[in-house]
Amino acid sequence: MKRIYAIEELCLNCRLCEVHCKTAHSVSKDIIRANKYEEPAPASRVTVYGDNMRSLALNCRHCDDPKCVKACITGAMTKDAKTGIVYVDEDKCIGCMTCLAVCPYGCIKEGKTAVKCDLCRNEAELACVKNCPNHALIYTDSGDDIK
Amino acid sequence: MSVNYIPRRFTVIRDKERCINCGCCVRQCSNDCHLFADDGKTVISDSNSCVACHRCVDLCPTGALRIEKYVCDYRENANWTPQYQQQICRQAETGGVLLAGMGTPRDYPVYWDKILLNASQVTNPSIDPLREPMEIRTILGRKPEKLTVEKKGKSTVDMPPQVVLETPVMFSAMSFGSISLNAQKSLAMAAKELGTLFNVGEGGLHPDLKPFTDRAIVQVASGRFGVYSDYLNNSKFVEIKIGQGAKPGIGGHLPGEKVSVEVSNARMIPEGSDAISPAPHHDIYSIEDLRQLIWAIKQATGNKKPVSVKIAAVHNAAAIVSGCARAGADIVAIDGFRGGTGAAPVRIRDNVGIPIELALASADQRLRDEGIRSRISLVAAGSFRCSADIVKAIALGADACYCASAPLIAMGCHMCGTCNTGKCNWGIATQRPELTKRLNPDIMYKRVVNLITAWNHEIKEIMGGMGINSIDSLRGNRLMLRGIGLSEKELEILGIRHAGE
Repeated sequence: MKRIYAIEELCLNCRLCEVHCKTAHSVSKDIIRANKYEEPAPASRVTVYGDNMRSLALNCRHCDDPKCVKACITGAMTKDAKTGIVYVDEDKCIGCMTCLAVCPYGCIKEGKTAVKCDLCRNEAELACVKNCPNHALIYTDSGDDIK
Repeated sequence: MSVNYIPRRFTVIRDKERCINCGCCVRQCSNDCHLFADDGKTVISDSNSCVACHRCVDLCPTGALRIEKYVCDYRENANWTPQYQQQICRQAETGGVLLAGMGTPRDYPVYWDKILLNASQVTNPSIDPLREPMEIRTILGRKPEKLTVEKKGKSTVDMPPQVVLETPVMFSAMSFGSISLNAQKSLAMAAKELGTLFNVGEGGLHPDLKPFTDRAIVQVASGRFGVYSDYLNNSKFVEIKIGQGAKPGIGGHLPGEKVSVEVSNARMIPEGSDAISPAPHHDIYSIEDLRQLIWAIKQATGNKKPVSVKIAAVHNAAAIVSGCARAGADIVAIDGFRGGTGAAPVRIRDNVGIPIELALASADQRLRDEGIRSRISLVAAGSFRCSADIVKAIALGADACYCASAPLIAMGCHMCGTCNTGKCNWGIATQRPELTKRLNPDIMYKRVVNLITAWNHEIKEIMGGMGINSIDSLRGNRLMLRGIGLSEKELEILGIRHAGE
């Protein structure tokens, strides 16, 4: 399946991916309202780790055999059979955070429910990929495509 | 020092209604103009070191930032302007020569803006470049004096080496050291796609640029950095750099701190040692000496490559160009005084040299008068801002033009003029790895390609309007030019008539 790959050499640590991720997962979809006023504040699904010297935007790998789905006690964490997207059904999630504990990549965030990348499945475009100013996030079939 | 004699130049205006405190500006500014307040959440600005490079403005996701000129009035004085007073204060503080980057910002006449172009009406048809073929292919190199053919009509002329360009625009010399490798790579990739050439400058050839050597002009400058047999032979042509428009008569000094492993490898000098380009070539003190070096380079390249000589446009430029032609150069590049630089003494940059328009016109005229115009190709350099400038230069007699500032602007440069500080926020004029990675060659080369492609379209459009379908018919065609608001003398030097004449 197509996944988002982060390229460390190109990541600027600007963290605009986080800003745009929040906006995409907000109610208003307005960048200022989403990041400033909205309550509860939308959470970013992608996190940039590191500093200006070396940084990387980490987000869910949408594993072929996701540990989080196996560990989920309510069946809220689902891997879409068609698209391969691993996402949380927020109505079912009780926030036990077992998924967070088992994720080998540390890509699940704590919130009222588990918060994780859903590959913008309800949006037209991937917010982080589209808005990365240096093309450090690439949406592609295989990591091998990346130089 | 507790007294600050020089007011800051800019103020960062932050629209608090729009700012979402994402901190992008904090992490992007290499001049430390933005910071998190003590609460660790609120972003605030400190305008003192702002250079107006607009990195924060352009990256701010909500458009919350604006840079404003900081106005602090001095008592009016047309002679002692704030600029001179501030420069005096800077020198009083440092005791040093003032340095700056990019071309002179001073308000000297731009003759391109005082020249108007012609177009066809009634008596000769204009051409629509979208419907009819339009030739802008440019061929540089020494042309034979005359054509001789054998009985069957085949040419018997021994053709000197020629270089074919798909556009009359080339990228001027910018060395690895003055600009980042990513910036050089972007230009190399763009040159390859556009079918034109980029110039590696005097800093040698980085191994990463090897795939682009068939699009490279390599320089032999006074420091002779990185010059060896492969360097000369893996190029399209070789350029002997005598001078640079931004700092005629001045050498270069890349401080040891900037000579990293990469730079030292490309320049073939020990890591951490100062890279000093002497002001003159110490083996060229005359045209005869230049002839020897040209000959030596031709020998080293098996007479397969044209040799170019680049000079700064100075008072006697026409005679020097003529001398270069007679010394055996195939191409002569003239760099006007508005040309850019990575670092130059401000006084030199702002006071030495002459405009490219005048130098080009007088050089072309002199070569024609002496009957040796076909011996060399003339390349004009020194601030071409748009396609119309290029068309005017070609009509004044240039074969091709060197552009550097314009492609840099396409890559993000905002002409803040602080290239010499090595803190370029756009990753162009810096070697700091956290800054150079901001320039992704895969993105930037496309922007440069787009720019030059757009210019090509415009050049064809302008030529079509004149009823000219080949750039060769435009070259030196000064009847296509008219001056506006120019004196008799200026018109005489430019070799053009006044509008209405």
